[in-house]
Amino acid sequence: MDLTPIWLTLKLAGITTLILLVIGLPFAWWLSRGKSFFKIIIEAIITMPLVLPPSVLGFYLLLAFSPKHGLGKWLQETFDVQFVFSFQGLVLASVIYSMPFMIGPVKSALQQLPKALSEASYTLGKTEWQTFKSVLLPNIKPSLLTATVLTFAHTLGEFGVVLMIGGNIPGITRVASLAVYDSVEAQDYAMANNYSLVLFSITFVLVIAVFVFNKYQAKTSLE
Amino acid sequence: MISIAIEKKLKAYSGQQVLQINKQFAPGSITKLYGPSGSGKTTFLKVLAGLITPEKGTIVVNGIAWFDAEAKINLPTQKRNTGFVFQQYALFPNMTVKQQLEYATTDEAWIKQLLLLGKLDTLTQHKPDHLSGGQQQRLAILRALATKPKLLLMDEPFSALDLKMKTELITGLKILLKELGTTTLIASHNAQELEGWADGEMEF
Repeated sequence: MDLTPIWLTLKLAGITTLILLVIGLPFAWWLSRGKSFFKIIIEAIITMPLVLPPSVLGFYLLLAFSPKHGLGKWLQETFDVQFVFSFQGLVLASVIYSMPFMIGPVKSALQQLPKALSEASYTLGKTEWQTFKSVLLPNIKPSLLTATVLTFAHTLGEFGVVLMIGGNIPGITRVASLAVYDSVEAQDYAMANNYSLVLFSITFVLVIAVFVFNKYQAKTSLE
Repeated sequence: MISIAIEKKLKAYSGQQVLQINKQFAPGSITKLYGPSGSGKTTFLKVLAGLITPEKGTIVVNGIAWFDAEAKINLPTQKRNTGFVFQQYALFPNMTVKQQLEYATTDEAWIKQLLLLGKLDTLTQHKPDHLSGGQQQRLAILRALATKPKLLLMDEPFSALDLKMKTELITGLKILLKELGTTTLIASHNAQELEGWADGEMEF
């Protein structure tokens, strides 16, 4: 069994999750505060990948980043980066595709914290960033963990988007979910089963770990 | 001297009400705010702390404008150095008793003094979840004092304390607030509470 697709998948999910932790947390915090029409629109856009067929998203990303015109051409000529049929393209697509899984749970958890927690921190002279880091984030740990694992697991399971924007290039964009499809196409069911089983096991263990951790967390805070 | 002249719309069940306050507080004075629930005591305290912005008016503290609607001055909460005791305590669930105070100040001797005042010196490693209601309330008061504020705003701060604990705490607080020269405002729905302690009253 060729393990390259598995490693590629894990690498993609890891990098995507890391990027989403860095940009998703401040974003979720921003969305959790106040209500404006602008924020609703932004939130709707972020949520779209949840309900949109992945092929639609992949198609538009393909158009946007095609090196022949527009944004893709500019990126190619100015920075010499290409997002179509490349690993960085997969990362970009995955970040967009998995964004609601990171931002959604974190945002709702932040909104459920009493407003007085931040207010108390401000009266103690702390900045918004200090408050976010020392008061808000530590008190949404279970949601944070759930969001991180879901983002990782969801990226593992990507198919439509990666196929559209990444193609199916062995060693570069051929992730495990595509390897399953290829094996079935080639009627190599044993190989398809190998890849599927690995994906299934990893995801199952991750989800179990979250449940166990969150159950333990809930217990300690109720005691 | 703290001079306040503000107007703030209040959301009430019976349509809209406007909270109008014109009041001066002498430095180091202790004032009791009393009145029924929903009369604007909490809103007024939050306006002073900079957590709520009034529509009109000015707040001038020792000659410095904290708020001036026309001049568009609104000093952020962080720069007002007000201690605030929230009605629901607003303790940080992730921090122990000691950590809540350490988050506010690095002065270890001061933390020790506060812990003794609130009789929490044996519970320093406990998180709020593991404290009784009265202990939580005392911690909220201590935390508000940790920054040695010039203005202390307390919203129903003694509601969960029994009479003995309340009397002892108030005795200690009196001395401490005098030392710090802190101007104190205490909201209470009980008109009899704090009798003999407050220098002034303000009815809502």
